[in-house]
Parts: sequence; C-alpha cells; structure tokens
Amino acid sequence: MCLAIPGRIVALEPDTHLASVDVLGVRRRVNVDLVWDQGLAEGDWVLIHVGFALSKVSEEEAAAQLRLLEALGEDQQALEEVQGYIFDATD
Amino acid sequence: MRYVDELRDPRLIRSVAAEIARLADPDRHYRIMEVCGGHTHAIYRHGLTELLPPNIELVHGPGCPVCVLPMGRIDDGLAIADQPGVIFTAFGDMMRVPGRNGTPLEHQARGADVRMVYSPLDALKLAQANPEKHVVFFAIGFETTAPSTALTLQRAKALGVRNFSVFCNHVLIVPAIRAILDSPDMRLDGFIGPGHVSTVIGCRPYLFVARDYGKPLVVSGFEPLDILQSILMILRQLAEGRAEVENQYRRVVPWDGNPAALRAMAAVFELRPYFEWRGLGFISQSALKIAPAYAEWDAEARFAVPGIRVTDPKAAQCGEVLKGVLKPPQCKLFGRECTPEHPIGALMVSSEGACAAYYHYVHRLATAGRSDRCARQQPV
Amino acid sequence: MREAAARLTFRDPLIELVHGAGGKATRRLIEGLFLPLLENPTLAALADAATIPLDGLRLALTTDAFVVRPLRFPGGSIGELAVNGTINDLAVSGAHPLGLLAAFIVEAGLPSDVLRAETEALARAAQQAGIVVLGGDTKVVEHGKADGLYIVTTGIGLVDARAELGPERVRPGDRILITGPIGDHGITVLLARGELDLEADLVSDTRPLTPFVAALLDAAGPGLRWMRDPTRGGVATALNELAREAGVAVLLVEEALPVRDAVRGACELLGLDPLYVANEGQLLAVVDPSVAEAALAALRRVPGGELAACIGEVRTEPAGVVTVTTAYGGQRVIDMLVGDPLPRIC
Repeated sequence: MCLAIPGRIVALEPDTHLASVDVLGVRRRVNVDLVWDQGLAEGDWVLIHVGFALSKVSEEEAAAQLRLLEALGEDQQALEEVQGYIFDATD
Repeated sequence: MRYVDELRDPRLIRSVAAEIARLADPDRHYRIMEVCGGHTHAIYRHGLTELLPPNIELVHGPGCPVCVLPMGRIDDGLAIADQPGVIFTAFGDMMRVPGRNGTPLEHQARGADVRMVYSPLDALKLAQANPEKHVVFFAIGFETTAPSTALTLQRAKALGVRNFSVFCNHVLIVPAIRAILDSPDMRLDGFIGPGHVSTVIGCRPYLFVARDYGKPLVVSGFEPLDILQSILMILRQLAEGRAEVENQYRRVVPWDGNPAALRAMAAVFELRPYFEWRGLGFISQSALKIAPAYAEWDAEARFAVPGIRVTDPKAAQCGEVLKGVLKPPQCKLFGRECTPEHPIGALMVSSEGACAAYYHYVHRLATAGRSDRCARQQPV
Repeated sequence: MREAAARLTFRDPLIELVHGAGGKATRRLIEGLFLPLLENPTLAALADAATIPLDGLRLALTTDAFVVRPLRFPGGSIGELAVNGTINDLAVSGAHPLGLLAAFIVEAGLPSDVLRAETEALARAAQQAGIVVLGGDTKVVEHGKADGLYIVTTGIGLVDARAELGPERVRPGDRILITGPIGDHGITVLLARGELDLEADLVSDTRPLTPFVAALLDAAGPGLRWMRDPTRGGVATALNELAREAGVAVLLVEEALPVRDAVRGACELLGLDPLYVANEGQLLAVVDPSVAEAALAALRRVPGGELAACIGEVRTEPAGVVTVTTAYGGQRVIDMLVGDPLPRIC
C-alpha cells in the first residue's frame, strides 16, 4: 500500500536532519528525523517514503536472506540429483 | 547491493517457486491474503501468480488507502479545494479519484488551485512560499505515511506557519485485518503482512492474528523473491500446523517498529471512535484525527465541510472481493459499468486496488478473444 | 477493425486534461467525436501522417500542436520539439520531409527574448533535419492563457517508394525493434518542472528520426512493416494501438527493454512504468524476422542508435493484447494508458 524505495545516502546535513539520497542516479533531499537516533553515515541505505527516510536498510539481513535462498536452491539440486540417481538405478 | 536486482534473480526465484510447488498439498486449496495493495501491485507487475501452483489463491486485501476512502471524504476535500484563496495539495494517487462532482484533476481543470505534491513537506513549503494563500494537504495513507504528516505538522507548529492545514484521512491497517478476520464468510488460510506499515508499527501488533485466530502472518518485502519467500514461509507454517507472526522483511522491518515515528504519531494524532471504510463499512478505532493541540492546523476544524455520506451502488461487491469471497471478475459490475476509467467501486479507483490491478494485468487477456465487433454491439 | 472502433460514442460532458494525454480517453475523443463528424477514408486510417496519392507519388501530410511546461528543459525546448515531432510523424510514415509551416500562439507578456530563443531553436532543428519553414502564422492571446507559448507545426513530405507500411502488413513472427532507451523525455520534463524536487543527469531524447528510417528502409526494404514514434502514452500505448489495429498479440521481453538507470530510478521512486513514459526521439519498428538482424545492426550504426534493441515479437494470440514476460517466467498485460502517468506514493 505504500511505495517505499531503498536509496543510498550521498550527503548528510546534520543541522536540518536532511540527507541527499541517490536512487540509480536520481537524487532527492529527504528528511531523516525518523532514523536519526539509529546513527547515519554517508553510504548507508535508507528506505524512502514521501520524502522521509522510514528505516535503515540492513545489508547483513539482506545478505542472510539471499544466503538462505541460495541454500534452498542447493538442497533442491541435491534432491534432484538423488532422485535422478534413483531413477537411473531402477532403470 | 542495491536491494532490488538481487531480489529479482531468476535462478533463485525458480528455486523458491519449485519449493512452494513441492510443499503445497495438491489436495488442498490455499487462500492467502496479501493485506497490502503494494503487494497486489507487485504480484501483478511481476506476474508472480504464473509461478504459483493453481491451488494457491492470492486474495487481495484492503491495504490501499485510496480505495478504502469513502467518496464522501473526497467530496469534503474537494469542497475545501473549491474555496477561494485555497491551494489544495494531494499525492498523485488522489488526483484521478472521483468524488460525486469529478476528480481533483477535473476540479483543477474547472479552476480550483489543485496541486500534486510528492511529500507533505512540499505542501508546507508551498504554504511558506504563498503567505497570501491557505494551503491544505489532503493526507491519506496507513501507518507508513502518517508519521510523515505528523512530522510536517510538528514543523508547521514549530515554525508558526499558520496558512497551512491538513485534511486528515489516515487509517490504520490492524483494525481492518481484525474486521476481515471477524467476518463470518472469511475463508483465509494466512496473511502476507504489510511490509512498509511494519517499518513503523513493527510485528507485535499482528500477534493476535496467530494467537486469537490461528492464522499465520508473514511480514513481507515487495520484490519478487520477498513475496515468494513469504508464501513459502506461510506454507511451511501450515504444513507444520503452526500459526505464528514471522518477519521475512528483516532488512528494513525491526520487530518493534520505529519508536521515533510512533512518538510523532502519538503527539499529533488521536484515534477516531470509528471511521467508514469503503467496501468494509464502519470500523471502530480504525482511523486517526488531528489532536486538539494541533487543531489550528486541522482543515476539518478550520473549514465547514459538507460531511455527506455517499454510499456505493449496492451492485458493487467490493466487500466480498476484499474478504476473498469473490474474485474481482465475479463482481456483477466488473469490466462493464466499473472500469479504471469510470470506477464505481472502491477497488477500481486506484491502480493498486485489487480490481484495477486485475483489470489492467489480467482481464485484457481473458477478453482478448472478443473482437471489436462484439464491442460495437454493446450499448456504450 | 478500425471501422468498428470508430463507432464509439463520445459522451463525456466536459473536456478534461486526460482527453489530451494520449491514452484511452484521447482515443475515445478522436474515434467518438472527431472521426464520425469528419469521416473520410484517409482520416479513418488514423495514421501519424495522411497519405495523398498525386501523379504516381505519395504525399504525406501531418500536423501537431506543441504544449510543454517548462518551455525549456535539459536537452531541448518547445522550438526543437515542434520541428522534430512533426518531422518524426512524417518519418514514421516512410516519408522524406520537404517543408514545415509553423504557427505561434503567444501569451501577451512573454519576453521577446524567449520567443527569439525558441525561434532560433526551431531554426536550428530544421537546419539539422535539412528542411525549411515555408510559412507560418502568429496569434497573441491574453495574459494567463497559453503557458507562454504554444507552437503548431504542419509538415509535408514525400513517401519513399520502398515504404509499404501499415498495421495490415504485420505478421506473426515479426520482430519489434526500438532505436534506444525509453522514457528519457517524459522523465526529464517531469523533473524539470521542479515540483518533485528530484535531480538526475538526464536529457530529453528529442531528435529527428529520419536517419533511422533511412537505415531501416535500406536494410529491411519491404521487410519493414510498421513504424511509430512512441510519444505521449509511451511504448505501451503505441504497441497497444498496433495490437488492436493489426489484430495481433505483441509479446515484449522485459530484460530486452533499454531503460537508463536514472529513468529506472525515477520510475521506482514515483511508482511509474517506463513503458508509459513519453519519448521524443525513439522509433518503434516492426520488421520481418528474416531481416531483423540486419535492420537492428543498421539502427545501431546510426549515430545515437548504439542502444537500439529487439524488444519482442508479434504473435497470433491473445489478439489485441500486449504482454511482457520476465526472465523468471512472470507475465503481465500492458494495457493502454488511462491518463497521464502520475507519481504515486501507494
């Protein structure tokens, strides 16, 4: 229901709690009041919604998700190989 | 990492889809509701239903703030827009949503000063730049958007900007989920939980779904791999007989939400005792109004609005579609009287409404066999 | 099929902005109001340019009104658009442009320097395209009436003897080519308005398409079936018109669509789909599969055509529908535009 897009902080303006964020080369200044407590640095990724950063994006969590899904793929491949082997054996 | 392309990796998508197919019990029909219109949009946009076994049915939920807004509220907003000296601002989403006397864009074409903004802060800036005018911001959205309005109002107060006010239509998703669960004809097996709302409210507010109603809910991201993984997590819960709230979207959703956002909302808003949802009817404590401390910036207090209730035509079966009892094309009006160009029911008014999404992305396929000759014979 | 479509009735009580947005409402207005009242076989074709046979030659005639806010934007201005837009309507009809007429509707109070600058831009664009302005007209309207300046241009051209184009010539199996990245113009103008406070290094793609048409005619000959410049309503709307008029299905491959990063980024932020965003310097062409490779290579050899791509093909079913498939097997229907694309937050 709410369009929010990850963008990378390219410049921080601590006085005004504004940050310049970059989405594929498109830049906009967004308000970072809602994530200020979490500590921000240039290069951090934030989720942008209607001109506000709603939350910080965690690279570790994203990497963990991808690792988990990779493992799923490997399990399946193993399963297919085993099934293929059984199939061959009974042939 | 850019958090987009990685999550559209065809190889991983195929393997998650294969795992879903493996886990889905062929003798069972699954009805899973994606609560959020953003998910509905993403599911159609990426053609994800093509990747699911036919016995997994995705039911499109009420999470579209534009769709669930009663027409009377739009008329009230436009009554303010038509007053002299007012600059009326709204998100692009609202610009083509019809009231009884036309859309905001149509009011603009007839002379009202209606402007589209990307952020409520842009509306505030407009007020500062036009001190001789009064700028009204038509606020819509769920808990995701409400903190932005709250911070904007706090700033308006701090800066003493008095030619700015907000017509508040913020609604809350949790009471709507409860209303759907309480509906006697509800037949859902689990929920894909709203991702961006949860960045604000966290995952705890959904615990009742699992505890009291025994349904799994997985808070989900919006990329193809996110949505498929969430479906897989729901299927696993069902297969193992569990009903839990799980967080698939951990990269942006903290379990406890965003305290700063919740604080801003608590300072600026209070609960309305009840609010009407288009398609669902009145739901108690399901919407926000501006608190007395900010009354000066409350457009509802400042302007006399007609406040007339406009009921949808009885033939529109939005409620049944919302609860998953009917699929969009099973509604009597779908694609005939009710189209994205001339929406009658709630779910056709915004591109992320279930019916509009279905119409744009699926319906054309289903009707492709009909030649223009048939169209000519229909009364237009 | 077109006669059937012309039987639409236009009953909207007021003309709204959406009727000019190039999507469904525009189609309803044209086919439901203009076409029945002005009925004749040439008009009924609703082509980019009308073709008039004359002494064994084919004259092409087209007109276009240019309304853009702001008047200048990165990579172009209304003066350039007024030339390129009309030349391109001739070009996609297979015609070599011969000359232009230009009418200026000027708002009282417009600085003369602006009018001069736009006339210079127009002259430059005409010179670049190798044509001249043969005549024109000027009207001045009250202050507050014309966004500064509107320009209407009319173009005349001679259809290339090799060009046999039309939706009726399109066959299943034909390939769909595009000359370059989509959405640059629409996003550039949207950002140039400044309302969204977004910045990007993007420029409009406005340019004459004549070199691309020449390259296609040379490389594909009679294998060139249909062309269109996807302006307002974008690639999605142009291909929907093709699907409808030719009674075919159009299948696009998402990964093959050339889209610049910044256009993709702006579209993600604003909830837009690049397929619906306007272009002013791109050409869609349908070619016979046997010449598709040669035609694509020819487009890529034209300066500015390096990113030309084959983006899909024509199929039989589902007739009248445009679909796009993703690398992971997802599929969606691309409908016609309903109104000007608006940024969304939901």
